[in-house]
Amino acid sequence: MPHPNPAAPLAPGAGLPPLGRRGVLQAGLAAGSLLLAGRTAQAQPSRPQEIKIGIATYLSGPASVFGVPGRQAAEMLIDQLNAEGGIGGVKLRPIFVDEGPGVDHVVGEFRRLAQSEDVDLIFSAISSADCLACAPLADELKRLTILWDCGTQRIFEEARYDYAFRTQANATPEVLAALLYLLKMKPDFRSLAVVNQDYAWGRDSWDIWRTAMNTLKPGVRVVAELFPRFGATDYSTEITRLLALRPDVVFSTTWGGDLDTLIRQSADRRLFERSTFVLPLAESSMERVGKALPAGHIVGARGDHWFLHPNPRDPELLRRFTNDFRQRFGAYPIYSCHHMAQAIFATKAAYEKAMQAKGGGWPTDAELAQAFRGLEFPSLTSTVRIREDGQGLEDQIIGTTMATDAYPFPVMTDMVVFKGESITTPAGQKSADWLKTLTPAMLDQMPQPIAYKP
Amino acid sequence: MADWLAQNGLLLGLATLDGLSNAAAIFMVAVGLNLVFGVLRVLNVAHGSLYAIGGYTAASLGLLLAASGLPDWLAFPLLLVAALLVGAVLGPPIEKLLLRRTRQHEPVLQLLITFALFMILEDLQKLVWGVQPVVNDTPLRLLGTVDVPFGADVIPFTTYQLFVLPGVALVTLVGLAWFLRRTLAGRMIVAVTADAEAARAMGIDAGRVMLLTFTAGAALAALGGALASPTVSLVPGVGAQTIVLSFAVVATAGLGQVEGAALAALLIGLGRAFAVYFEPELEVVIPYLIMVVVLLVRPQGLFGVVETRRI
Repeated sequence: MPHPNPAAPLAPGAGLPPLGRRGVLQAGLAAGSLLLAGRTAQAQPSRPQEIKIGIATYLSGPASVFGVPGRQAAEMLIDQLNAEGGIGGVKLRPIFVDEGPGVDHVVGEFRRLAQSEDVDLIFSAISSADCLACAPLADELKRLTILWDCGTQRIFEEARYDYAFRTQANATPEVLAALLYLLKMKPDFRSLAVVNQDYAWGRDSWDIWRTAMNTLKPGVRVVAELFPRFGATDYSTEITRLLALRPDVVFSTTWGGDLDTLIRQSADRRLFERSTFVLPLAESSMERVGKALPAGHIVGARGDHWFLHPNPRDPELLRRFTNDFRQRFGAYPIYSCHHMAQAIFATKAAYEKAMQAKGGGWPTDAELAQAFRGLEFPSLTSTVRIREDGQGLEDQIIGTTMATDAYPFPVMTDMVVFKGESITTPAGQKSADWLKTLTPAMLDQMPQPIAYKP
Repeated sequence: MADWLAQNGLLLGLATLDGLSNAAAIFMVAVGLNLVFGVLRVLNVAHGSLYAIGGYTAASLGLLLAASGLPDWLAFPLLLVAALLVGAVLGPPIEKLLLRRTRQHEPVLQLLITFALFMILEDLQKLVWGVQPVVNDTPLRLLGTVDVPFGADVIPFTTYQLFVLPGVALVTLVGLAWFLRRTLAGRMIVAVTADAEAARAMGIDAGRVMLLTFTAGAALAALGGALASPTVSLVPGVGAQTIVLSFAVVATAGLGQVEGAALAALLIGLGRAFAVYFEPELEVVIPYLIMVVVLLVRPQGLFGVVETRRI
């Protein structure tokens, strides 16, 4: 938004004809139009005093186990970035809003951030439903939006956006990586049960897994499809049934306190001794559940986020981030912290790219949006590329749990880091169709597992 | 039918064990709400918060105990201590400062007040315990597991789930029924439940009865949370999840009916367990299906009595 020039003040009413009610209304409408169009109308915006970023994250409800660490990571990284001078000499200021009250609330907050707070960018959101609602708003309001954590693959498969980008992977590679790992490491499994939360993520991730599994290993017997309610506090009945059925594999994309409870109750009743668990989101629970999660089970991290990543691009960066976060907040950073870091690093890289293309000038929103397309930026562990369709290509780490004396919780061993482009639905295709075209040859191209090194 | 039973008899046995354990947990959550509604005629939305705070307090006390080096078995009485503590600290102020002052107003106002209180207590939980899951499973680990025969196989159940939860629920049910029917204080509560105005005319201090009942209801809610804490990872929002199920039990039971709450909890617990075994897609809706069916047949609930409307 253009700032008025304080050097040329205009005395109220000086030299102006008196305004009637209609005149005031017309002037107001004209001013409003200018305000709304202001960000995009200016050809040569001046360097702002600050870059305001609206950040939608869960600050309440069960998903705050991800949302609050995400906010903490944002605060820490923005402090560090500002201490180094910000982006192009301009400091960042985050404005956090809560996703907890639901989609309608987030949509309202999105409009408020764009129109009242006049933020430069919006990071939104953790919930897939919120992302699906906010991506069209980004284009409507022409406000650059980073879909910083949500998983649904539908966003860029079903529509094209000019102002919305995702700085991480989506559900398809996150689930497919775990399946490929299972097929490689335990190819002889014959039966499987699923225990997912009864909402969109639980159902969608099971659809992805089932479609890919039926393509790559047809004939696996699905002995139980269990969808306990979201926020369930007791899985004892599901566990009894699984104990009786003895499936070779139990697949679950459950997360947060629900996953902690499922792991603890399964451990208490020795279910881990009867079935191999595949838990694509378990990285975020491992520190909390500690030794309750035994060795020999398959875990993922919604990306390549792991503080003991076997081959990080910049080991010192990962080590420093992990230590700083632990020192400030008393816990290891989980995947939502990495996703927040990626949103911030992508923002910095995009501004720098856009400024470079403009010979050092400050970019317009449209120029900044253009910079995001095809952008490559460093993550805490590797490099992420944003495709032409706006979808990020992010590596995926999957490993097997093992116990070690070095930590009071299990670590990953036999880690496989899948390259993002090898397991992500190609641009222009839909996951449901692409997964049916997979062939077992994919397994031959899998990177070699890397053992945990103390 | 006989063939089906022959094939699934063992599974039915397992489902029944799960259902009983489920029912005990559900009863402990709902009985306090039912008692409070019966006497105060307040649908206490903050009941879920009291459950959550009871769970968090029990877990925190348990973790303190573990750090102190005192004997582990003290974890069991600590569950009760946590419940009494929460009931005593939160119950009287809520009743005296909020509910009593609005008793003469429309019921919807009290509903809104308890909803506001629920929101405040949710934030208070986050301030005190943060957003990361909290758990203390010492009582569970101390008791270990029991192997239940299942054909040639065995199915491990936790002793806590199989015996402690149902045991405490049974003691609570029998104790409450005895207290309400056999003691003077209990009879005063029943009198106020039936007709507060007439009870006052008989010399009963209805205000005091309501205060004591609400405090007991708060302690029972907290006890439900405390008993769940060894098996559950407590997170923000756990109270909201609980309150919906509690309302279903209370509506099915008949408002203010302790035995009704036990029967409703049993129906819902067994219904959910059987659903998981034989029709998993129904698990989430079973409590509400049961509630709808019961209310269609008996609009006043299983044990409720039809009230004449005063004009």
